[in-house]
Amino acid sequence: MSLLTLTDVSLRMPALARRPLLDAVDLTVDRGEVVGLVGESGSGKSLTARAILGLLPPGAEVGGTIEVDGLDVLSAGRDDLRRLRSSQVSMVFQDPRAAINPLRRIGDYLTESVRLARGGDGRAATARALELLEAVGLPDPVRHLRQFPHELSGGMLQRVMIAGALMGDPSLLLCDEPTTALDVTTQAEIVSILARLQAEQGLGMLFITHDLDLAGAICDRVYVMYAGRVVETARATELFADPRHPYTAGLLASTPGVDRNHDRLVPVCGSPLSLLENPPGCAFAPRCDFAVDGLCANEPPALVQEGDRAVRCLRSAEISPGRSARAHTVRSAR
Amino acid sequence: MTALAVSVVGSGRLARLRSAGGGWLVVASALMLLAFVLAAVLAPVLAPYDPDLPVLGNVLAPIGAQHLLGTDQVGRDTFSRLLFGARTSLVGPLAVVVVATVLGVATGLLAGWRGGWVDAAISRVLDILFAFPGLLLAILAVSLFGKGVVAPVIAMAIAYTPFVARQVRGLVLTAKARPFVSAYAVQGFGAFSIATRRVLPNIAPTMLAQATVLFGYALLDLASLSFLGLGVQPPTADWGAMINQSRGAVLLGQPLSAVVPSVMVILTVVAFNVVGEELGDRIAKRDR
Amino acid sequence: MTRRLGPWPAYLARRLGAVVGTLVVTSFLVFASLHVAPGDPVAFLVQGRSPSPEAIAAVKEQYGLDQPFLTQYLHWLGGVLHGDLGRSFQFRENVGSLLTARLGTTLALVLMSAILITVVGLAAGIIGSLHAGRTADRFVLVLTTLLAAVPSFVAAILLISLFSVRLGWFPTFGAGTGLVDRAYHLALPSLALSLTFIALVGRVTRSAMLDELGREHVEVALSRGMPRRTVVRRHVLRNALGPIATISGLLVAGLLVSSAIVESAFGLNGLGSLLVQSVDKGDFPVVQAIVLIVVTAFVVVNLVVDLLQPLIDPRSLAGTAAR
Repeated sequence: MSLLTLTDVSLRMPALARRPLLDAVDLTVDRGEVVGLVGESGSGKSLTARAILGLLPPGAEVGGTIEVDGLDVLSAGRDDLRRLRSSQVSMVFQDPRAAINPLRRIGDYLTESVRLARGGDGRAATARALELLEAVGLPDPVRHLRQFPHELSGGMLQRVMIAGALMGDPSLLLCDEPTTALDVTTQAEIVSILARLQAEQGLGMLFITHDLDLAGAICDRVYVMYAGRVVETARATELFADPRHPYTAGLLASTPGVDRNHDRLVPVCGSPLSLLENPPGCAFAPRCDFAVDGLCANEPPALVQEGDRAVRCLRSAEISPGRSARAHTVRSAR
Repeated sequence: MTALAVSVVGSGRLARLRSAGGGWLVVASALMLLAFVLAAVLAPVLAPYDPDLPVLGNVLAPIGAQHLLGTDQVGRDTFSRLLFGARTSLVGPLAVVVVATVLGVATGLLAGWRGGWVDAAISRVLDILFAFPGLLLAILAVSLFGKGVVAPVIAMAIAYTPFVARQVRGLVLTAKARPFVSAYAVQGFGAFSIATRRVLPNIAPTMLAQATVLFGYALLDLASLSFLGLGVQPPTADWGAMINQSRGAVLLGQPLSAVVPSVMVILTVVAFNVVGEELGDRIAKRDR
Repeated sequence: MTRRLGPWPAYLARRLGAVVGTLVVTSFLVFASLHVAPGDPVAFLVQGRSPSPEAIAAVKEQYGLDQPFLTQYLHWLGGVLHGDLGRSFQFRENVGSLLTARLGTTLALVLMSAILITVVGLAAGIIGSLHAGRTADRFVLVLTTLLAAVPSFVAAILLISLFSVRLGWFPTFGAGTGLVDRAYHLALPSLALSLTFIALVGRVTRSAMLDELGREHVEVALSRGMPRRTVVRRHVLRNALGPIATISGLLVAGLLVSSAIVESAFGLNGLGSLLVQSVDKGDFPVVQAIVLIVVTAFVVVNLVVDLLQPLIDPRSLAGTAAR
């Protein structure tokens, strides 16, 4: 049994959006596996992470099932949810300065979930906090416990957040764009810390990012999301070598990489789907170079499995978006 | 969004409120305030009786056909006194707000625009003034100049000025940092003309919202002063004074002549607060 | 709670310096106000009473009116700092002893009101914010809008007419003797005094709580499994205390000044009613003294709130803006 299984998960917010914010999302993460979830803002990736924790916005209508270690999150009671959040699943958030209460000390932040959510012993919690602060590479754990967040840099605070996420000994770690708010050098440090700790503790990890390269660096498998749907999923190496969905290919072609040869970067033209639009067919069609008039915009593509890959594109068998994208010259925007 | 820099009284505001679709409460409040102002202005025409004439044979009459809202402890018609009382009760706060706003805008503008030692000096003075609550300064003024309305009004205006000045100064500082101001300066407009012709109109809506709220406070403070017998002097009608004078009647179990002006005070201040908040909300939305 | 002492002494020194400066200037203004009155200071002080040579000489001596202005001020200030606030004309007593006799009633009134305001105001604001948009919140908003418009004298009269005269539950005047009797006598007055401030505290609390409820760290805390009630206490309410504490200075000033009204309405023998009486009778030394006390209390309370700021928001010590 997988650690995390999302089956046909959908989320609608009729008051806010005409289209579903999540639509028929299938996703699994196994123990010890690092899975990437890639997409632009508005693709639904952060929402997916929050749904796994049962943190749904008010007014949300949810369908499908989310199972963590056998527990059905969407129908779980308050106590089950509390246990889930404090000892089975943890999340590392994007902006540590916003995520940690600026008026309380680091030590309070680290130990409070253990002490208050599980009724644990304060001294044991402090000891564990010190261990974890060392594990994330902070130089002076004892002093840091007494400090306030504004006394630490962004990178140090993110390490604190990672330590905080591991306090409860979770089996699943969700990372929601953990490096986006940091500068590039710090990004690399944080990613390596996450990778090391994941390996050491055999955690399942869902790594959410808009940076496909970053996902490729540490993930075993990757899901690509667009407009609330999973449009492609494959093992990381295969995805990079041979993207089967035009959007994935577009993302790859538009990000500069040290190891790839580009004559010029090819951006994905157009803009993401707004909340008010709810097209009947493929959501990516307006921006897709391979869209066929009359077909793609009208028929909703289903997710088609091929071995351990899956693609949601009516034309994926015919086209080679990966190769074509690399050979592209700039096209005029539609 | 229509600029709300119009005078407090006037049908122009009414039309704008309606067209902008303010909630029924706001419209009702605005209408009620308009009615009160009209009543005050037209008091001599509307009042059925002389408000200052005691009729000792008809003391503490209940609500009836003869006297719409009864009579007070010396037989004066409450309704007439209410109408005439609206004059003193509304004019005083208006004077306070106008003076405080003028002084506050002038000092705030000067401090924010000039910066440097001018700003530092003015800010220090404002800090000192902040230490004097409005009513206290009014009481002190009465002790120095005698009972009445003029001295307290001036004292209160001075006490309220720092609130206006501080807000104006803040707004001016933000405005100064905006590109449009440098654009004007580069084109050769003098500081004074930029300040008065460009920055001030931007600030005006916020000032209006604050003035509305200040009016409520000024009304309460001045009415309190009259209640203490230190403001408006008998026999002049004034809501606060009316409540003071009816204390005897209250103890006798006849609170009508106290309840009526009390309700008027509450309604007026609620109306001002509701309208002031609505103005504030709209301005915040506009700025967003 | 050990704390690095680092920046705190400097902060304290700066604030104390500012406060002393403010107190000097305000005391000077209060002193100098005597000379703002139209006419001759001596005539003003003696007003209404027969100007016997002894009375005039006493007044001149009390204020040092024969001496240069600055010396007068220093002489007066020196007296004040030693507890000599002059002599009352209407009571022929030292102002100081007059005030201390009446201080108890005013303090009791203000204290009872402060408790009422804190408990009801905070509760209303918290409840409103936690049920934002729903019935409880609407109720809180309507209530605070109404209460904000009921000045203490209106509240006093209405409460007296209902609870004292009509229902006979409470006495109409006097402060009572003994702790329980005092509390009983001061119940209506403190209620009358509190109403507008309950509205103010309720609104500020609600607004601060709503601000904090929307912050990301609250959602993060929930995501770590802490029960909602705990999160509200530790992260929302705790963080909302800052703005609430900021208005407490205004609150105290307002309470002290409005107590004059309530004390007059209920026939209580406090500092406030003494102030009104003294203005009425032209007893300027008493007026001056009470004004000075109220302004000083206001400044001191603001200082205390400022000094407590680092405890509430540790970032203020570092100089970063609190938001």
